[in-house]
Amino acid sequence: MEIFVAALTIFVLSIFIGFEVINKVPPTLHTPLMSGSNAISGITVVGAILSAGTQHTTLTTILGFLSVVFAMINVVGGFWVTHRMLAMFRRK
Amino acid sequence: MPPVAINFAYLIASALFIFGLKGLSHPRKAVRGNLLGAIGMLIAIVATMLDRAIIGYEVILAGLVVGSLIGWLLAVRIQMTGMPQMVALLNGFGGAASVLVAGAALIEVQTIGAAFDLQMTVATALSGLIGAVTFWGSLVAFAKLQEIMSGNAIVFPGQHLLSAVVALASVALCVLVVLQPESISYYWVLVVTSSVLGILATIGIGGADMPVVISLLNSYSGLAAAATGFVLSNNMLIIAGSLVGASGIILTQIMCKAMNRSLTNVLFGGLGAAPASREKGDDVYAGKVKSTSAEEIAMLLENARRVVIVPGYGLAVSQAQHTVRALAQLLEARGTEVVYGIHPVAGRMPGHMNVLLAEADVPYEALKEMDEVNPTFAQTDVAIVIGANDVVNPLARTDPNSPIAGMPILDVDKAHTVVVVKRSLSPGFAGIPNPLFAADNTLMFFSDGKKAVNDIIAAVKELG
Repeated sequence: MEIFVAALTIFVLSIFIGFEVINKVPPTLHTPLMSGSNAISGITVVGAILSAGTQHTTLTTILGFLSVVFAMINVVGGFWVTHRMLAMFRRK
Repeated sequence: MPPVAINFAYLIASALFIFGLKGLSHPRKAVRGNLLGAIGMLIAIVATMLDRAIIGYEVILAGLVVGSLIGWLLAVRIQMTGMPQMVALLNGFGGAASVLVAGAALIEVQTIGAAFDLQMTVATALSGLIGAVTFWGSLVAFAKLQEIMSGNAIVFPGQHLLSAVVALASVALCVLVVLQPESISYYWVLVVTSSVLGILATIGIGGADMPVVISLLNSYSGLAAAATGFVLSNNMLIIAGSLVGASGIILTQIMCKAMNRSLTNVLFGGLGAAPASREKGDDVYAGKVKSTSAEEIAMLLENARRVVIVPGYGLAVSQAQHTVRALAQLLEARGTEVVYGIHPVAGRMPGHMNVLLAEADVPYEALKEMDEVNPTFAQTDVAIVIGANDVVNPLARTDPNSPIAGMPILDVDKAHTVVVVKRSLSPGFAGIPNPLFAADNTLMFFSDGKKAVNDIIAAVKELG
């Protein structure tokens, strides 16, 4: 239960930080915000690496492999395409 | 690497994610912000690889290489007009990863013979539910945006009832997963019903409501990652997931507000399904619509001191962003002030128009938000509407019974002259006629967006 309360605390406080930070993003950058946050949600790769690397059973290893693939598409695709977009926003 | 060191690395990575998102508060700092986020991710991945529990690296490396390659290919090949599809796909993959990781974690606990605790089982059920809804919902959104399936809302009799039954079944299966976690098959059945739920929830949503749906799925993909964080008791996943979840929620709110509709109305309203049943435009347009030519527009522009260009989804469809930029440069060279008025829901995702115009090298200072540009229309000589309809429909202000009543619009009708570039008088997504097209100060230029702007450029040059 203590672990849960600690995790819940982190969850709630992170949402507050998210609200504060994201509210300051101008509408011009909303598309890069979505693709960039997509890349960040690829953090599931951390859990995926553990499943693929600890290799408890063949099934979990396969599931781990697939989830590493999915999450890395998110990470690399997300950061890369965001960079491509942001590089286009220029001053006069 | 001892767990303490790994957790320190996660703390640094989390801080970098927050700095990264903070960087997006200004276009000038945004590129660096994105790089900080990427460095954070690299640190998190490397730290995880050094976990002592890992016994082999072949599978991990194979997954990293395959995923990176696919992601890189997608990112370099996608056109800017295809960005909504790309984001839809990425949302979906995030959801899928969460489903698989949570499933694997459930099996691992059972294999080791450890006790299932409540936090883990509840979070696993939620990961499966949210992740599968996100994955399939995103695939439907992708198919609609890519026009693999019809962009219209698909509604059929009993749809809401069916959705309700599937939703209840999913909730019941969540309870079963929590009560009997050792029966792993309940989890996979839950994933199946949640997948059906994700499909049912998105097929009923039409094209112009896509900005809301994509934002919502963006939020879900983050929440699924956070739920997976609770499964693994991993703070890194909880922090990053909730940041993304919060971001998606904010964007969803902004999009709903920009259409003056509630989220419930967008998700269950089925707007855009049956435009035929609505009022015909004949009474509104009869004898009042004035058609114009490129030459006449060129003469108007020659004497204009201030021009506002209002782009809509039609600009993206006809890929007219570069041509529009060329016209703006031509006018600016003659001393005319040119700015762009951007409605928050113009296009198919938040910020869609801004990205397209940025691709055409339009400086971001010229892209004006609705609240900023609206008070200036009275001092505007010519407003050029390209491929936008509902977001400039004055009925939103005047007719309380209209489906778009109360939706904030761009007040282009207050400009001295309005030029509307459009193929025909066909209604927009809301399926209603637009009195703007019949207004005294409106001229209609019936043509494809890109061709129209090219013709105007030629006519302006002709004037010398």
